[in-house]
Amino acid sequence: MTENMIENTSSNDDQEKIGVYVCHCGTNIAGVVDVVQVAEWAAKYLKHRGVVIAREYKFMCSSLGQELIEKDIKELGLNRVIVAACSPHMHEKTFRTACANAGLNPFMCEMVSIREQVSWVHTDKVAATAKAKAMISGGVERVRHNVPLEPIVVPINPATLIVGGGIAGIQSALEIADAGFHVYLVEREPSIGGHMAQFDKTFPTLDCSACILTPKMFSAGSHPNITLLTYSEVEKVDGYVGNFTVTVRKKARKLDEEVCTGCGICQEKCPRKVIDDVFEAGLGYRKAIYTPFPQAVPNRPVLDVANCTYYEKGTCKACEIFCAPKAIRFDQQDEILTLQVGNIVLATGYQLFDARRITNYGYGRLTNVFTSLEIERLTNAAGPTNGNVVLRDGKTAPKTVGIIHCVGSRDKNFNNYCSAICCMQSLKFAHLIHERTGATIYNFYIDIRAASKDYDEFYQRVLEEGTLFVRGKVAEITDVPRMESEKGKLIIQVEDTLVGKQRRIPVDMVVLSAGLEARSDSKEVAKTFGISCSFNGWFIEKHPKLDPIATMTEGIFIAGCAQGPKDIPASVAQGAAAAARVLGRIEQKQMALEPVRASVIEEKCSGCRICNGLCPFNAITFHEDRMVTEINPALCQGCGTCVAACPAGAITGTGFSNEQIMAQIDGLLMLNVEPEPVTA
Amino acid sequence: MTAKPKFAMYWAASCGGCEIAVLNTNEKILDVDANFDVVFWPVAMDAKYKDVEAMEDGSILLTLFNGGMRNDENEHMAKLLRKKSKILVAFGSCASEGCIPGLANFSDSREIVQTAYNTITTDNPNGIYPMTSYNMPEGEIHIPTILPVLKTLDQVVDVDYYMPGCPPESNQIAAVIDLVIQVVQGKAELPPKGSVIGAGDSTVCDECKRTRNVKTIKSFERIWGIAADPTLCLLEQGIPCNGPATRSGCNARCPIAGAQCIGCYGPAAGVEDYGARLISSFASVLDANEPEEIDRILDGLVDPAGQFYRFNLAGSLLRAGVPAWKKEKA
Amino acid sequence: MTDSFEPTIIGFTCNWCSYRAADLAGTARIKYPPNVRLIRLMCSGRIDPTFVFKALANGADGVMITGCHPGECHYIEQNYKALRRFQLMRRTLQGFGVEPGRIRLVWASAAEGARFASEVTAFVEEVRALGPLHWGKNGTVPAIAAPATIQKEEVPA
Repeated sequence: MTENMIENTSSNDDQEKIGVYVCHCGTNIAGVVDVVQVAEWAAKYLKHRGVVIAREYKFMCSSLGQELIEKDIKELGLNRVIVAACSPHMHEKTFRTACANAGLNPFMCEMVSIREQVSWVHTDKVAATAKAKAMISGGVERVRHNVPLEPIVVPINPATLIVGGGIAGIQSALEIADAGFHVYLVEREPSIGGHMAQFDKTFPTLDCSACILTPKMFSAGSHPNITLLTYSEVEKVDGYVGNFTVTVRKKARKLDEEVCTGCGICQEKCPRKVIDDVFEAGLGYRKAIYTPFPQAVPNRPVLDVANCTYYEKGTCKACEIFCAPKAIRFDQQDEILTLQVGNIVLATGYQLFDARRITNYGYGRLTNVFTSLEIERLTNAAGPTNGNVVLRDGKTAPKTVGIIHCVGSRDKNFNNYCSAICCMQSLKFAHLIHERTGATIYNFYIDIRAASKDYDEFYQRVLEEGTLFVRGKVAEITDVPRMESEKGKLIIQVEDTLVGKQRRIPVDMVVLSAGLEARSDSKEVAKTFGISCSFNGWFIEKHPKLDPIATMTEGIFIAGCAQGPKDIPASVAQGAAAAARVLGRIEQKQMALEPVRASVIEEKCSGCRICNGLCPFNAITFHEDRMVTEINPALCQGCGTCVAACPAGAITGTGFSNEQIMAQIDGLLMLNVEPEPVTA
Repeated sequence: MTAKPKFAMYWAASCGGCEIAVLNTNEKILDVDANFDVVFWPVAMDAKYKDVEAMEDGSILLTLFNGGMRNDENEHMAKLLRKKSKILVAFGSCASEGCIPGLANFSDSREIVQTAYNTITTDNPNGIYPMTSYNMPEGEIHIPTILPVLKTLDQVVDVDYYMPGCPPESNQIAAVIDLVIQVVQGKAELPPKGSVIGAGDSTVCDECKRTRNVKTIKSFERIWGIAADPTLCLLEQGIPCNGPATRSGCNARCPIAGAQCIGCYGPAAGVEDYGARLISSFASVLDANEPEEIDRILDGLVDPAGQFYRFNLAGSLLRAGVPAWKKEKA
Repeated sequence: MTDSFEPTIIGFTCNWCSYRAADLAGTARIKYPPNVRLIRLMCSGRIDPTFVFKALANGADGVMITGCHPGECHYIEQNYKALRRFQLMRRTLQGFGVEPGRIRLVWASAAEGARFASEVTAFVEEVRALGPLHWGKNGTVPAIAAPATIQKEEVPA
C-alpha cells in the first residue's frame, strides 16, 4: 500500500535544476574513467531527472573549477549541484563554500566519489566508467531531495580541560593559560610531569630531563589561569563542543592541601616502606604517605590507603602526630567536581610494553635483564642508586652491556609498529652507561632510526665512542653457559645479519628498549570522551597527514603519545598545536555545527518509547504529560539511529533523510535512467 | 429530484469479513440504503457482471472494493469497477495491502494449487486438478487463472482512498459513510486523493492504555507462555506486539483485551515497508550486544517473516518470497 | 545468461570508519571489483531494513553493511543496533527464501583500507556464486495455465 503522505520536495521534474560537474583530477580520474563520456551521458540521460547542465573539467577544486559552478548557479539558476570527483572528506567544504558564494544554500551541493571509490580502485575502464555513471545517477536522485539547511550555532565556553599532565599536556596548558584563558589540568598521578620526569637525560642534547621539565611544571602549578587537579580522574563527559560538562573525581589525598606546607616530615616518619613501581619502575621504595619525586607539583603528598597501617589496623598515625600544621585528614573522601568547559585536550601519554611477554628475553626471570624505564631510573642522579649504573645486587658495575632495540615493537607477535623513540633512547643509554661505567656496549638493532634534528649526529657520536653495533633481532637471552667464558654471564644469542653468522655474546647486563604502547584503559577513555581509538589503542586523529591533533569529535583534541609514539619535541609541538586550535575556537566565541540532526514529528509520535533508550548523548527525552518524545537538536549528534528505529516513522533526519537515501538506492540501481542504446 | 448517487461493494479474494463489518454498522446500513442507490453488491443483491459493464463510465459514485487480486477475474473486476467508479476505495487489509491471502506469496502459486487438491484429508485418488480451460461438447469453458503473485488493488488500478483493517472497525466504517453522505450533501470536503481514511494519524500505542517505560527486550515470549501483566506494555514483557508500527484507529482492541497487536491496520502514515519498521524497532531494543546472545533472544521469535508481514506482505517492498518469483521451467 | 554473471551490490558505509576505510583503499590504490556501489551514512546505526529491502527488490543481488568495530563506534554504541537489526533482518529474509549469504555485515576501522577491499572482493565472489537475485523480474511469468502434473479428466456425459 502506498500513500501520498511523504513530502515530495522534488514534486516536479521541471523545478529541479541540477548541475553535474565531473572532475578529471588530472589523470587520477580521467586515466580510468571516461569523464567526457560520463558528462555527456549525464546531460542526456539524466535530463529528465532535472540535470540541466553537465560539465567536465581538469581540476574542479581549483578556483577556475569552482567558478564554473558559481557561474552556472547564477546564470542558469541551478538549485542543486553534484560534483563527481574525490571523496567528500577532501572537498565537500570547498564546493559547498563555492555554492554559498554564488547564493545557493551549501547543503544543496553533494559530492560523488569517483576517485577513491572508482578510478583509484578499479582497473577495468569500461566497468569503472559504468560505475561512475551509476554513482552519479545515485547522487542526482539523492540531491533532488536535499533541502536547504542552516548550521546550528553554539557558543564556546572559554575554559578548557586538559587531561594528562605530561609534557604535552603541560605545554598545551601553558599556551592557553598564557593567552589569558582558564585551564583545568587533570592528572591521574599525584604529580604532573609524566614519563619525562622519570628520565635522566634527553636525547640528543643530553639535557637533564628534570632541569628542562621542572620549570614548566612549576609554571603550570603556579599559573593563575591553571587549576591543577592532580590525583584526579575524569569520570563522565556530557555535552558537545563549546559546552562540555565534565565530572571529575578528585581522589582523597587524606590531607588538607591548603594547610599542608609540603615540609615532608610525614614521609620521613612514616614507618611503612612500599616498593615504588610507578615512578621508580619497581627499583626503589617510597613510603605509604609520599610525594612521587622531590620536584613534584603540587608539592603535596598522598596517602596510599592500601598500604597504610592506620587503615589496616587502626594504629600508627605517625604522619598525623608529626604534622605541625595538622594537615592530615584520615576520613577525607573523594570529591566529585563538575566542570564546564568549551574544549578538551587529551594528552594521556603511553605505557611501556611489558617485556615479560617476550619470555625468551628473560625479563623478570633472569636477574640482570632491565627495561628502558629501569635504566632511566638507574642513570638518574636522584634515582634509587644515585645515578650509579649497577647490577641488581646494587653494587657491581657491569663490564659489558647489551642494549636490545625493538623489544615488543616491529614485531608481528606483539606490536607491529615502530615505537619511534627506542633507537635514540638506546643510543642515549649506550652513551650514558659507557660514560658512567666504562663498560663495553653492544647495541642490537634492526634499523637505526635517527631521523630528526641532530639525531643522526648523535648516532655518529655514539659510534665514535666505540659502541659495538650488531644488526640482528636477538633470538634469546640465556644464563646457561656453553663454555667457560660464558659462566656467570647473560648470553645474547643473535644472528649478525651483516656478517651472516650466529653469535653468542656474553654480557653482564641486558637493557631491553621496550616499545611504547597505548595506555591499557585507552578504549574506556576514548568511550568516555566520545572519540575513537585504533585497534592498538592510540587515539585516532581527524586526518593522519593534515590534522593530527584534532579528532572526529568536535571540541576534543589529542596531543602527545596518546596519538602515537613520538619524541619530546613532537609531543611539545602537538601540545602547542592543540592549544592554538583551542585558542582559535575561543577567539571565535561561537561555532557552527553541521545541521545533521534528528527531530520527532510530534503528531506522528505515539509515545511507544522505543527510541528512548537508544541515544548515548542523552538527546532524547520523553514527556510523560503529553506522551510524546522530543529530541534536543543541540545534543543530537546526527547518527540517525533513532530515525531508523522509530516504528511509526515519526522521526526524520536532516542531511540523511529517508527520502534522500531511498532515492540514492534507486539511482545507484539506475532505475530512472533509460538504458543507453547498444552500439553493435 | 436528483437520483441517489450509486454505491457498489465488491469482494475479490477475501473472507467476507469486510461485508460483515459493513453490516455490523447496524442501523447505519439503513443510511446507506436511504442515501445511495446500491447497484452492485454480490453478497447482498443479485447483479451480473454484464450489468456493471453496461453502466456508464464513472457513474458509480462510491465503490468499496475489498479482497486481493488472486486471479484474473479479480483483476478484471478491479479494472472494470475502476472504470465505472468515481471514487474507488481499497476497503480492508486485503485490498490495501494483501492481508492473509497475501501470505500465499511466500510460496509458488502452482504448488499452492497442488497442495490444495492433495492435502492429507483430501479424497482425490485420481489426482484431479483444476484446469483453466476445458473443451466441452458445447464449446470451451474457462475458470479464472491464478496469478503467480497476489497483488494489492493499487498494484492493478489507481486507488482513491484506503481503509485499513481486517476488517475495518465498524465504527470507522460508519464514520466514513457519514463523511461521504456529508460530501454528497455539499457539507464536507473529500480528503486528498490517496489518503487513508477510517483510521488515525498515529499508531496503536496512542490508543493503548498500558504503561510504557524505556524499552529493553531480554527475551521473546508467546502470549500463552507467560502470565502477562495487564497494565504493562506487552512488548516490554517480551510479547511481540506490533502496535508501535501499526496505524491507530481500532482503539487498540487487542492489547486492551490482553492480546498482542498483530498489525491488521497496516503501517503508519508515510511508511514504505511495515515489516522493516518492526524489524528495526524490535531489534534496536534487544538487550544484547554479542551476536550469540542476540541470536538466543531472536530464537524466541519464531517465524519473523510471518510476524512482521502477516497482513502486508503483498504491499511490502519485497512483495513476495523467492519461490513466488521462480521462473517457470521450460 | 552471460558467461560470468556480474553481481550488483549496494554497500552502506559509515562516515567515520568504513567510508574512510574505503577512501584509504583508494588512496593506497588497492584494487577491488567494481560491483559494489557505496552509500555514505553518518553511522551504521542509520541502517534501516527498508534500505536493504529496497535495494534487493530493485535489482541488487547483495547488500553489504559496514561500520566501526564494536566498541569503536564514533557515536559510542550505535553499531550494536546495526548488528541486532542485521541479525533479525537476515532471519526474516530467510523466511522470504533469500540466502543469508546475500547480506553481509563487515566491521572496518578507518585504518583498514586493505581489509575493506578484501572483504568486498570476497563478498562479490560469494554473491556471484549464489547467482542473480532477479527480484520480482519474473512477475512476467505467465499466469498459471495448468500445473505441470495436470491430468485431464473426462467429464462424464
